[in-house]
Amino acid sequence: MSRLEIPVPNKAQIIVEQLYKDLERRIEASPSGLCPIDMSKAFLELCHAQTCGKCVPCRVGLGQLKKLISDVLDGKATMETLDLMKETATSIMETADCAIGYEAANMIYKGLVGFYDEYVAHIELGRCHCNYQQPVPCVSLCPAGVDIPGYIALVREGRYQDAIRLIRKDNPFPTTCGFICEHPCEARCRRNMVDDAVNIRGLKRMAADLAGKVEPPACQPSTGKKVAIVGGGPGGLSTAYYLQLMGHQVVVYEMLPKLGGMLRYGIPNYRLPKDRLDDDINAILETGVQVKHGLRIGIDITIDELREQYDAVLITIGASTDKKLGIEGENATGVISAVQFLRDVGKDNAIDLKGQEVCVIGGGNVSMDAVRTAVRLGAKKVSIVYRRRVADMTALKDEIEGAIAEGVEVQTLKAPVRIETNEDGTVAGLWVQPQMISKITNGRAGVKSTGEPEQMIPCQTIIVAIGQDIEYQHFADAGVPVKRGVIQTERDGGFDLLPGVFAGGDCATGPASVVKAIGASKVIAANIDEYLGYHHVITCDVEVPQPNIEDREPCGRVNMTEREVCERVCDFKGVENAMTEAECKQEASRCLRCDHFGYGVLKGGRKTLW
Amino acid sequence: MVKLTIDQRIVEVPEGSTIMDAANVAGIPIPKLCFLKEINEIGACRVCVVEIEGKEKLVTSCNNKVEEGMVVYTNSPKVRKNRKKTVEMILAQHDSNCVTCARNTNCSLQKITNELNILDVPYEKEYQKLPWNKNFPLIRDSSKCIKCMRCIQICDKVQGVKVWDTDGTGSRTDVYVTNNRTIEESDCTLCGQCITHCPVGALRERDDTEKAWWAIENGKKVTVAQVAPAVRAAWGEALGLSREEATMGKITDALKRIGFDYVFDTVFTADLTIMEEGSEFIERFKKGDTQKMPMFTSCCPGWVRFIKSQYPHLVSRLSSAKSPQQMFGAVMKTYFAKKIGVNPEDMVTVSIMPCVAKKGESNMELFYEEYAGKDVDVVLTTRELNRMIKTAHIDPKTLKDVPCDDPMDMGTGAGVIFGTTGGVMEAALRSAYYLITGENPDPDAFYGVRSSREQDKWKEATYNIEGITVKTAVVNGLGNTRALIEALERGDVHYDFVEVMACPGGCVGGGGQPIHDGLELATTRSQNLRNLDTNAKLRFSHENQAVAKLYEEFLEKPLSHKSHMLLHTDHNAWEMPRSKR
Repeated sequence: MSRLEIPVPNKAQIIVEQLYKDLERRIEASPSGLCPIDMSKAFLELCHAQTCGKCVPCRVGLGQLKKLISDVLDGKATMETLDLMKETATSIMETADCAIGYEAANMIYKGLVGFYDEYVAHIELGRCHCNYQQPVPCVSLCPAGVDIPGYIALVREGRYQDAIRLIRKDNPFPTTCGFICEHPCEARCRRNMVDDAVNIRGLKRMAADLAGKVEPPACQPSTGKKVAIVGGGPGGLSTAYYLQLMGHQVVVYEMLPKLGGMLRYGIPNYRLPKDRLDDDINAILETGVQVKHGLRIGIDITIDELREQYDAVLITIGASTDKKLGIEGENATGVISAVQFLRDVGKDNAIDLKGQEVCVIGGGNVSMDAVRTAVRLGAKKVSIVYRRRVADMTALKDEIEGAIAEGVEVQTLKAPVRIETNEDGTVAGLWVQPQMISKITNGRAGVKSTGEPEQMIPCQTIIVAIGQDIEYQHFADAGVPVKRGVIQTERDGGFDLLPGVFAGGDCATGPASVVKAIGASKVIAANIDEYLGYHHVITCDVEVPQPNIEDREPCGRVNMTEREVCERVCDFKGVENAMTEAECKQEASRCLRCDHFGYGVLKGGRKTLW
Repeated sequence: MVKLTIDQRIVEVPEGSTIMDAANVAGIPIPKLCFLKEINEIGACRVCVVEIEGKEKLVTSCNNKVEEGMVVYTNSPKVRKNRKKTVEMILAQHDSNCVTCARNTNCSLQKITNELNILDVPYEKEYQKLPWNKNFPLIRDSSKCIKCMRCIQICDKVQGVKVWDTDGTGSRTDVYVTNNRTIEESDCTLCGQCITHCPVGALRERDDTEKAWWAIENGKKVTVAQVAPAVRAAWGEALGLSREEATMGKITDALKRIGFDYVFDTVFTADLTIMEEGSEFIERFKKGDTQKMPMFTSCCPGWVRFIKSQYPHLVSRLSSAKSPQQMFGAVMKTYFAKKIGVNPEDMVTVSIMPCVAKKGESNMELFYEEYAGKDVDVVLTTRELNRMIKTAHIDPKTLKDVPCDDPMDMGTGAGVIFGTTGGVMEAALRSAYYLITGENPDPDAFYGVRSSREQDKWKEATYNIEGITVKTAVVNGLGNTRALIEALERGDVHYDFVEVMACPGGCVGGGGQPIHDGLELATTRSQNLRNLDTNAKLRFSHENQAVAKLYEEFLEKPLSHKSHMLLHTDHNAWEMPRSKR
C-alpha cells in the first residue's frame, strides 16, 4: 500500500481542459453587437458553476443575481430589480471569501454601471432591443469593408487577378495591405471556433504576389470637376483613386519626391518592399490622377488658393512630425526622431550607425521599425527602452518578436530621465530610472519608480519613437478647426464652415493604420462626389464563387515564415516569405464563408457597391 | 450542364442549379419550410437538408449548388432522422394548438409534421406570447412564429418597406417590427404580403366575420355586401372549385345563402371610379397639372398608406377619388338606402376584398345629410369569405349563378380588370378616349399597359389621342413603386398618369387572397379576369347604364358637387405614421 500517489488527471478533467480551450477560442470569435445583458448572464452562469459552495455570498448570491438578470431579459423586471441587483453584487464583492465570488460579482457590477442604459431599455421595452448588426466578422472589422470572404474564395480558385479587382473595390492598396496591414479582420474570425483564425492578410499578399499586373477599371465619364488632394499618402491616394474612377480630375500635391507618404518614408523596405508599393501606386496613377511634387502647402501654395482653383480640396497630410520627450539633453547631436530617421532611410540618405550603440525610446510599431532598421544600418548594439513591460507594448507581437530575433535588446521598465552628452554636444548615453509595474487602471498597468538609483545606458544615437503629431499651423490659420493637434472634421469628413474642404487619414484621427486611412478615403470620396452634385457608385463585376460545402475539419493555420535572421539583418530586402500555392489554397479553403453560412445569407453578407 | 446522382437517379441540370432544383427535375420534392424562391434562400429551418456522399455534415439543398458527379441522398436514414429532429425542435417553440389556428389544414409546418409522422415531441414547449393590438388589421402571434424570416424578406426585398426585422440577440432572437416600434406606430402599408407568405399561422388578418354574422343575425339591420373583382379569380381555389366553376354569380348565391339581404358587385363602382377619376385626370391634365409629376391612382389603400408614410410631399398627386370599395359604401348608404327606404344607420355595408389594407381604409368617415358614420362597416378578405361559406356549411358544388341585386346590377369588363395590374389604367384610357373623342376605341387598343407580377420595375406606354399625348406608367409591388417614384423625383422619367397597386400582380395577388405556400398565382388569376373582360358584353365603363342612371337620378355628373361630397376624399384627413428613413 503506497503512502502517496502521483496525481493523474481523470478523463473528464482532460476533456474539460480541452473544452476550456474551445471556449477561449469561441470567446475570441464572439461577434460584436450581442446583447450585453444576455452575455453577462452567460458569464454569470459560468462563474456560478465555478463556485466551491463553501461561502454564502458566492453559492447563494450569484444564483440570486442569475434569477434577477433573467427577469430583466424576460421582461419581468422593474427598476427595483436593478437596485436589488446592485445591492446584491456589491454585497458579494464586499463579503465573498475568494476571487471566484467577488470577481464574479464585480463582472455584473461593471455591467450595471457600464451599460446601465441597456438594462433600463430592457425594463422599459419589456424585451431586448439589441439588433444583430455585424454578420460577417472580418468584413465588419475591416475599416475599409473589404469583401474578404469574396476574395478568399477567388484565391482558392486561383483567380488572383479577380481577387485583386474585388479588393480594389474597397481598397486600392491590395499589395501594401497584403504586406503590412494590421489585419483587424482576423481578430474575430469565426474559424477561431473551429481551430484558428484564417490568415487573411497572408492570403491578400498571395493574391497580390500571384496576380501580376492588374489594370484598374475604366473611369466613368469625365464630370469636368477638379479636386486637389494635399498629401500623397495612403489616404490621399485612395481618395484620388475613387474620385478619378468617378470621373473627377484629381491633382495630388506631394512635398516629398515620391508618393506613398508613411508607406514609403515610414515603413522600412524589409517590411514593405518599395517596388511592391509602386505596384499599387502605379495602378492608382493609371486612372489618370495627376501629381505635383515639391510644393509645400502654406509656403508654396495656400489652401485658399487651392479652394479657388479646384471644386473641392482634401487635406490628407498625415502625422509626420515627432513628439518631444521633454527631458534634458534632448537637443544633443545624435538625438533624432524616428520619423526623421526612417524618412532619411526612405530617401536613401540614411545616417551611418556602423559600430554604434543605439537606443530607441518607445514600444510601438514605429519603434520596432526603428530598431530593426538600426540593426540593418550596422549598429553594434540596439536597445528598445520602454517604461512598461513587453506585454504592454502597442507594437504588433510579430514585430516585437522579429526585433528580438534580430538581436535587439529590450530594456523594459526603464523610464528615460535625461540624456548624457559629451563636451562636444554629442550623445554619450541615456539615463533611465528603473520602474516597477503597478496598479491597473482602465485596463492598463501603470508604473512607478523602484527607488533604485538611476542607470545610464551608454549610446551614441537616441531615436525617439513616442508618437507623431501633425503640422497643422497653416491649416489652422486657413480656418480649419484643429483640436489637440488633430484636424476636427465632421463625420462626413468635411467642415461646416468650409464647404468643399475635407480632411481624412492620420491628420484627422491621429496616427492610425493604413487600412483606417483607406476606410476614411471611401467615406470622403463618396461625400466629395455628393458635394460635387453626383451620386456615382463604386462597384466590381467580379462574380464571387459559390461557397464550397466541404466538411470543416480542423486544420492548422498557415503562418508566414521569415528569412533567416543572420541573412536578413544584412539587407533591406523583404523579410517575409511567401506561401506556396498549395499552402495558399489550403489556407483559403479554411474560410468558413460567413457571407453564405450563418446570418450573412439573410442580411449583410455582401455589399456589392458603395 | 452538371450531371449528378440524386437518390440513385441520374440528373442533368444547368450549372448553378441548387440541389433542390435538381431534385425537382428528378421528380423528388425535398421537404422545406423557410425557402421562398429568390426571396428567402437562407437555409434557416434546416428541413431541406440532404446527405452528400463523402461528407459528414448535412447540407441545405435550397441554397447550395450542384457539383459535377455529386451523389445526393434526400431520404437516407441520417437525413430522415435529422429532418425529424429539426421539426421536433421547431415544434418545441411553436404553439401547436392547430384546431384554433386560421391556417389549420393550410399550414406547411402541420403538413410536414404529418408527413414525417411525428406523433410525439420529446421537448418541452417553450413559446413566448408577446402582446399585440388585436384591433389592428394585421395580427401577429409570436407563439406561432417559426422565424423562417420570410416576412422580413418579402417586406424588405419585394415591398421595400422594412416593417419586420429580427429582434433581440442570441436565444431570444425573434421577429418584430423594426426600430422597436409597435405595429400601429409603424409605416406598415397593410399590403398583407407577409401574411400570404407566412408558412404558418403567425400572421393573419384581423378576423371580422363575427361582425358580419352579428349584422346578419340582427333583425333590425339591413346587410348589403359588395364583392371586389379580384375575389372571383381566387375564392374557389380554397373550396375545391375549378376556375371555370368559381364564378361571381356563385359568390352572390353563397352570400345570399349566408343571409345577406343585398349583394352587389364592386365592378359597378369600379366603373363609377373610372367616370370620376378619368374625368379628374382629363381636368388635371388639361390644366397642365401633370407636367412635372403625374396624377396617381388612389384605389389601392396599401399604396395610399405607402405614399403617405414614405413620400408625404407627394400626397397631393393622388387622385382625390375614393376607391371603388368606399364609393360603393357611400352610394349604398345614400342613394340605395333612400331607394329601399332604409335609414342608413340601420344598414350594415360589408365588403369582400382580396385585401387587408381595405380593413384600414374602411375607417374613412362618411357624412351625408343626417348620417355620420362610415362608407363601409365591415371588410372581409377572400379568406374570411371562404371561412363564412364553410361556417354556413354550404357545399360549394351546390352553388348556382345568381345575379346581383337591382339597381346596381351592372358591371363592365373594364371594371372587372380593376383587380389586376394595368387594369385600372386600361379601363381609364378606354373611357378617356371616349370622353376626349366622343367615340369608342378598340377595347384592346390599350393593351400596352397590361402588366404582370413578373414585370421588371414598371411598364410605360404613351398614347396619342386626337393630338393629345398621354404618358402613362403602371407599377405593381411597392419596391418597384419606390424605384418609380425615385426615378420621377430625379427627373429620369416623366408620366402624366400612373397606376399603382401595392401587391405584386395587383389585387389578384392581394394580401387577403387564399394562401398557397410556394405558389404565386397572381398571373393565373389575372388571366382569369382578362378573360372575363374579353368575353364581356360591355367593355367600357361609360357604357354602364346603371352608372349612367345613378348620375341621372342622384349624382348629376362626374365631379359634381354631390360626387365630390360622396365619391372623393381628402387624403390628408387622417394621419399615417411617417417613415423614419
